[in-house]
Amino acid sequence: MKAHMKLVWRLVALALLTVVVQESAVSQISIFGVSADLTPLVVMSVGLLAGSMPGAIMGFGTGLLVDTVLVQTLGVTSLLYIPIGYWAGRLREVRDPAHGLIPLVAGAAATAFVGLGMTVIQFLLGVESPVSLLLVQQIFITVLVNTLIALPVYALVRKVVAPALPDDPRRRRRRAYTTGGLSPLQQPSKRLGHMTRGS
Amino acid sequence: MHDKQVRRRRAVLALLVGISLILLTAYFGESPSSPLHNVQRGIVEVLSPVQQGASTVLSPVKDVAGWFSDTLNAKSQRDQLRKQVDNLTKEVDLYRQQATITEQLEKQIKLDNSNSINTYQPVAADVIGRDPTLWYQTITIDKGSDDGVGFNDPVTGYGALVGKVTTVDPTVSIVTLITDHTFGVAAEVLDAGGDTGILVPAVGNPNQLLLQDLPGHAPIQPGLPVVAAGFQDGSLSSLYPAGIPIGQVGNFNTNELLSNQQVPVTPQADLRHLSVVQVLTRLSNNTARAQVGP
Repeated sequence: MKAHMKLVWRLVALALLTVVVQESAVSQISIFGVSADLTPLVVMSVGLLAGSMPGAIMGFGTGLLVDTVLVQTLGVTSLLYIPIGYWAGRLREVRDPAHGLIPLVAGAAATAFVGLGMTVIQFLLGVESPVSLLLVQQIFITVLVNTLIALPVYALVRKVVAPALPDDPRRRRRRAYTTGGLSPLQQPSKRLGHMTRGS
Repeated sequence: MHDKQVRRRRAVLALLVGISLILLTAYFGESPSSPLHNVQRGIVEVLSPVQQGASTVLSPVKDVAGWFSDTLNAKSQRDQLRKQVDNLTKEVDLYRQQATITEQLEKQIKLDNSNSINTYQPVAADVIGRDPTLWYQTITIDKGSDDGVGFNDPVTGYGALVGKVTTVDPTVSIVTLITDHTFGVAAEVLDAGGDTGILVPAVGNPNQLLLQDLPGHAPIQPGLPVVAAGFQDGSLSSLYPAGIPIGQVGNFNTNELLSNQQVPVTPQADLRHLSVVQVLTRLSNNTARAQVGP
């Protein structure tokens, strides 16, 4: 229970810090005419590290905070960030991907989802939004910029979140390999027991 | 056990999506003085000192990034600005002469100047927050009602109109930029006829505005300045003072003006890089003010 609360507090602090840094500094730095958006990357990283439920809750909380700080329609950003955290968490739970570039791909997918999702929601809320070439171009550049920073952001989030996790995925994998746990095919003698040639 | 976990996971997901949808629906239909808006403003008020602090602490990082960005664009900007300086120098001489004549004529006919820019008190403010998306074109500034900032006060940056104040708290305000879809301003092209129209944003394109409802045969040329028209009718006056610069007419096809009665306008201010703005606060506020609808 204590470890669980530790994780909650760390996630709350992480969400607050991310939103403040994003709105106060990162969004004022223009790269190729767009700004990087840390928030979907942080939500994705939490999902990848902590699982689907913490990911979805982190997405909801961060989205709500973004909408509040920017005095926007409450719920819009939450609605987009919940699936990001949830799907990233499900990816970890179902596939448990070990490749080091997974955060990069997931970050690109999360940013693209936010860009396109925001377009759809704005359209549904009645903003006349012609799908201009510039809009598509800006979403594309934002995805590229966010892809570039996805790995460092993931590393930072892991540094903050990992000590509070009940089971660090990297540690678990390492343990699994050294004890021969992941695939019984790797050590057939242990799986089948001691066999003699004649039996 | 596994089924229980799956059910719990799905229930949490459905609950979160449900809360988001309820919030979205409730917020969308509520007035700006509703409890949800008040709670939101309260949280902004609490977080604004943190944002101000973070903005100050992180300003060296912003400056370094801005320096790289500026250096990359410096050469093309220099050539562009040299041409602009040449043109503007010629124009300034002409305008100085015209200004003297206008001043004399205004005195002669006792023209009402109560909606001119001179009746406003500028309050300088730092930008402490910015919305990164294309959709919500807002910035947060570090001045509020304690400094005289009021709801709907015009905001300028780089010497041009950039938006208006839409949320005011004692120490912080939210400015909606001219590229927001809710924005509309009566604007005038400084051509021979002084043609006026309604300036609205080209939604989805943060670098462009559209001046609509122009006469089809107006003698408009690309590059002409566009300023706020301003109007006053009895106690009702425009939100924006007359003559405040907004931008320049962009390149357009003559057929666009003939058929759609509209021309593109490029904002004078670089809305993506605003760091300091001026809020034009009213010295005496005894008139009702209005904005042209988009």
